[in-house]
Amino acid sequence: MTTPVIKADKLTKRYGNHAAVDGVDVQVRAGECWGLLGPNGAGKTTFLRMLIGNTPPSSGQLHVLGHAIPGEASMMRRRTGVVPQKDNLDPDFTVAENLRTYAGYFGLHGAKLDERIQDLLDFASLAGKRDAHIATLSGGMQRRLSLIRALINAPELLILDEPTTGLDPQARQLIWQRLRALRAQGMTLVLTTHYMEEAQRLCDRVTVMDHGHILDSGRPDDLIRKYIEPHVVEVFGTGLETWHREVAVELAARSEQVGETLFYYASDELPLLEAVNQQPNLSYLHRPANLEDVFVKLTGRELRDGQ
Amino acid sequence: MDLFRYAIPNGTVTLRWFPVWKRNFRVWVKLAGPALLGNFGEPLLYLLGLGYGLGSFVGNVQNMPYIVFLASGMVVSSAMMTASFEGMYSAYTRMDVQKTWDAMRATPLDVPDIVIGEVVWAATKSLFSGAAILIVAAFLGAVASWQGMLALPVVLLTGLCFASMALVITAFAKNYDFFLYYNTLIITPLLLVGGVFFPLEEMPPAIQWLSQGFPLIHAVELVRPLITGLPLNNPLLHLSVLTVYTLLTLLLAIKLIKRRLMV
Repeated sequence: MTTPVIKADKLTKRYGNHAAVDGVDVQVRAGECWGLLGPNGAGKTTFLRMLIGNTPPSSGQLHVLGHAIPGEASMMRRRTGVVPQKDNLDPDFTVAENLRTYAGYFGLHGAKLDERIQDLLDFASLAGKRDAHIATLSGGMQRRLSLIRALINAPELLILDEPTTGLDPQARQLIWQRLRALRAQGMTLVLTTHYMEEAQRLCDRVTVMDHGHILDSGRPDDLIRKYIEPHVVEVFGTGLETWHREVAVELAARSEQVGETLFYYASDELPLLEAVNQQPNLSYLHRPANLEDVFVKLTGRELRDGQ
Repeated sequence: MDLFRYAIPNGTVTLRWFPVWKRNFRVWVKLAGPALLGNFGEPLLYLLGLGYGLGSFVGNVQNMPYIVFLASGMVVSSAMMTASFEGMYSAYTRMDVQKTWDAMRATPLDVPDIVIGEVVWAATKSLFSGAAILIVAAFLGAVASWQGMLALPVVLLTGLCFASMALVITAFAKNYDFFLYYNTLIITPLLLVGGVFFPLEEMPPAIQWLSQGFPLIHAVELVRPLITGLPLNNPLLHLSVLTVYTLLTLLLAIKLIKRRLMV
């Protein structure tokens, strides 16, 4: 039996009367990609800050890579990489100088470091930008630079706080590809994200968190099967409410209205599709259930304004 | 990707601030042109303008030409100004605006490493500017002998002292404007009653007493004799005041910045 890479027991962080993280139990195994999901203010970032020892827990136990946190956090961070939510690259330095300076914080230097910087630049498709200044890089390039900066110490554990927020689809795909490559090499990945597609594609296991509590954890496919009927039909158009009342409500296991769209959840979708096809004024989208349906079911539909 | 052997062994704290210092030094090197012009040009202008211009009215001060008196004072005041500026505006930029410290805190470095690195760096900049003025002063004939070199360690200590004090202020800062309180209430008064531009003895006794409670005059009392070749008066007292101020405010800065960031 191997010890878990992350082990949190009843981990709690209180600010005054408010518990940002409230009695959370988490285990992350070596080599897995674990996603921490939750709306704004759910406690994800506070959890990550405790994880790397940047804020002490109010109570509970936390071990990362076998080190007690926060007491041995510095030793743990030696073996860990962190990609922050907002890039904090050094604007006065070029791409290579950023990597070299950051390596210095780990005590790394010399000819081997030069080799490693070249390898990492190739890995992130940034070899041509070696001497470019940070301000001249696109958002996607800055994000990739943040990623390889976090890899400079060849970490066993990589922690990413919303790695692709604000990136265009191409840039996002490129990051995903690199993260899958790292996972294939056996690196343990921990990431927070708002993008359920990202979590579904990358993560072996996800935990959904809200108001500082864990709502559920599991493999994305298992969670989808557990909470959502396999078929989802989204219907919108004029006359929707009458049609819903008189026809559709009988045809789906479950339905839910969000704005001007009705979501129908069904194990057998055919009667519903047949019925909606007879309504020329209604449009629909038929798709398999996904992690976003689970997320919304668990955390609700109301809008959260960010912390 | 090979695993590296780490150059910093586990548990050694002693030199962990050095990469922080090195980062700041590397940025300084990139902008060294204008920095050096400022280091040499400004004091040259002040010494020529005030030293000769004002000096022609003033004549001798404490039995030395005014330019000599002024040059030895400016070596110290520039150390104070440089360290204070770096410890406030520049450190605040790295802490709050650029989030450079956040990046460092994702590595093995801890808050004390960062604060000590910043203090030593700010003191290093003080040393640069103090040395530049010493060189200018020597060219103007204001340095008595090679003994003047001994002023440099005192300048470094002065830089450590005022950088630590500045970081205490930075621990409370919510924006750049906040530093005006410290500049107006502490730095400028010290500049005027710290024996830089005119002797402290000319001041009312209450102000003399007050000034003795702050580190600047003690640095001046060490540096001026060293540069002008006069005997040192009470050097241990002056060194002690500077050292105690440095250690206490450094520990306080670490504690306060920890409290600010570890939330």
